[in-house]
Amino acid sequence: MSETWIILGASSSMARAFTRKLAERGDGVILAGRNPAELERDAADARVRGAALAETVAFDARDPASFDPILDRLTAQEGTLSAAVFVGSMPPQADIDADPSLIAGVATDSFTGPAEFLHRLAPMIEARGAGTVVGVTSVAGDRGRIGNYVYGAAKAGFATYLSGLRNRLARSGGHVVTVKPGFTDTAMTWGMKGMFLVAAPEKVANDILNAVDKRRNVIYTPLLWMAIMAIIRAIPEPIFKKLSI
Amino acid sequence: MQWKIAEYAGWGRVVRARGTLARPENLPALATALAGRGPAIGNRRSYGDGPLNDGGAAIEMTRMDRLLAFDPETGVLEVEAGATIAELLRVFAPRGWMPAVMPGTGFATVGGCIANDVHGKNHHNAGSFGQHVLGLRLMTDQGPREVRPEAEPALFRATMGGQGQTGAILSAKLQLQPVPGQRMRVKETRIRDFDSFLAAFDSSQAEYTVGWIDATKRGKRLGRGILEEGTLAEGGRPGPRRRAITVPLDAPRLALSWPVVKLFNAFYISRIPDTSRKRTRPLEEFFFPLDRIYDWNRLYGKRGFHQFQCVVPLDKGPELKAILETIAKAGIASPLAVLKKMGPGRAGHLSFPMAGYTLAVDFPARKKVPAIFAKLEQQVLDAGGRLYFAKDALAHPDNIAAMYPELSAWRAEIAKTDPDGRLATDLVRRLNLRTVA
Repeated sequence: MSETWIILGASSSMARAFTRKLAERGDGVILAGRNPAELERDAADARVRGAALAETVAFDARDPASFDPILDRLTAQEGTLSAAVFVGSMPPQADIDADPSLIAGVATDSFTGPAEFLHRLAPMIEARGAGTVVGVTSVAGDRGRIGNYVYGAAKAGFATYLSGLRNRLARSGGHVVTVKPGFTDTAMTWGMKGMFLVAAPEKVANDILNAVDKRRNVIYTPLLWMAIMAIIRAIPEPIFKKLSI
Repeated sequence: MQWKIAEYAGWGRVVRARGTLARPENLPALATALAGRGPAIGNRRSYGDGPLNDGGAAIEMTRMDRLLAFDPETGVLEVEAGATIAELLRVFAPRGWMPAVMPGTGFATVGGCIANDVHGKNHHNAGSFGQHVLGLRLMTDQGPREVRPEAEPALFRATMGGQGQTGAILSAKLQLQPVPGQRMRVKETRIRDFDSFLAAFDSSQAEYTVGWIDATKRGKRLGRGILEEGTLAEGGRPGPRRRAITVPLDAPRLALSWPVVKLFNAFYISRIPDTSRKRTRPLEEFFFPLDRIYDWNRLYGKRGFHQFQCVVPLDKGPELKAILETIAKAGIASPLAVLKKMGPGRAGHLSFPMAGYTLAVDFPARKKVPAIFAKLEQQVLDAGGRLYFAKDALAHPDNIAAMYPELSAWRAEIAKTDPDGRLATDLVRRLNLRTVA
């Protein structure tokens, strides 16, 4: 049966790399984001690479009114429906410290917006008895650190939501993959200092697709981050609070 | 973050630049970055200072790499400038199409191939990359502009091989070439000396030819090597795609020292039986033999290396032999030395190719290299040949006009498209390409 993916935040480099892999194996893709002209070029790329269908829809995590037309479009699509969420925002922690009202936007972009969308999509996956949800969170969600704990908190919230959604969808044949990338070479990290083990978006996309095919639950990409975060999580709080890592 | 300050270099890593770099991933970000006005650069597979803008800004196009439209009937592909040649080969070869001209590395971008009007192992048949460009979209001072060769021949010729000086190349329409399968039948023949090499090129009927030379040999064995002749063949991939190897650190100086190179070359040539051997190879392994080692330039150590590449007219075989003699005598060559016969095909004023023979040799960066290079440059000039900008870091500005007779026509066009010189690169400044000396 044909599979159609809704890609939220489709013009990020990680989403683009993942979309290309789906397209090259003949899946359908519906690309959702805020810049229609840009998405149209990404859709063209998917079509040339062999996507069964490649369309664009307007999506804004901060505007729930944008969700319904997308869900209507998905209802009309036959076959298995799957979703991949690449949205999120990470203003510099210093900007947030100067203007704490930014926190609501970060939480909406990285957690509550996509969660609301997925919550509306979930009954469709349940009804069809199949479908995969890929949720991209971050290693930053594994422990609050001085450098980006607002972003980390939003991603932690999203990761917990995904865990619950997995629990729910597993009852009806659906599946949820939680993806925790480490540092990835994207526009968001361009020029950022102190990065190491930086992965190419293509590597992350490869790991995600493998996880989808093998129905993995939670993955770290690259894998080494699993060990790194295990260590970071194991540091006792009395010590951790004095570190700046 | 839009801009970062970074030190960066070309493939040879000898010449470095420090400046601000942007790497836009979408059109709005690209428009903002280009408004900052520096040259657009690709994957920095040029060896010298062609992709550098020391103290200024440069815009990396590598994330603008989408395939925009493809017609499976005609093989016409429209693609953003940052897409790599290897990616086009990977995507389209299984569908029966591939780029008509492919340089020796698949990491080169479409924009880079245009800006250097690159050639491949089929130059004697297919001409240069720019001859298969049906049109392109250029970001100029006045905004984006479609450039087709028949409508705007002057601007088109200034852009092909034009070092990015007419504007940032945004996308291009390419005529792909039909390919019967995914394999190359390769015949490798041992060649005894330089004269036999030229004779072998002259009598070869193969679509693809390239010669590897043991540049450590002198006297009677000067120019000995291996001729590779490739013919496209039907059938699927022979064997799986092999994973790239990375070089974990800069190699010590000893790694490519003279005795090691001699030993390696002797081994390399001994693999080929006295007669010849035939094998079938996957396309990308034939076209991009070194790409399997992802960052092989680190094998030359942190000081980097130069490549000398020249072309001389067909009747200057003896002069080219003398050039090879100079290199062999100097005792600095690396295992990478390549000889090839070129046809007349070229698409731009500053295109490298001419009907003749081209020789490319790598030199590890050593104190004596500039002096040897100067001597080689004079020999090239005397033979009526030219040096290749894509490889160059050492040429002298006074010699360029003689090597590139259409330089003044190019200058006239550039004066119109970028009057303030905001797209100039380190190479353009070093060679005074834009100003009359």
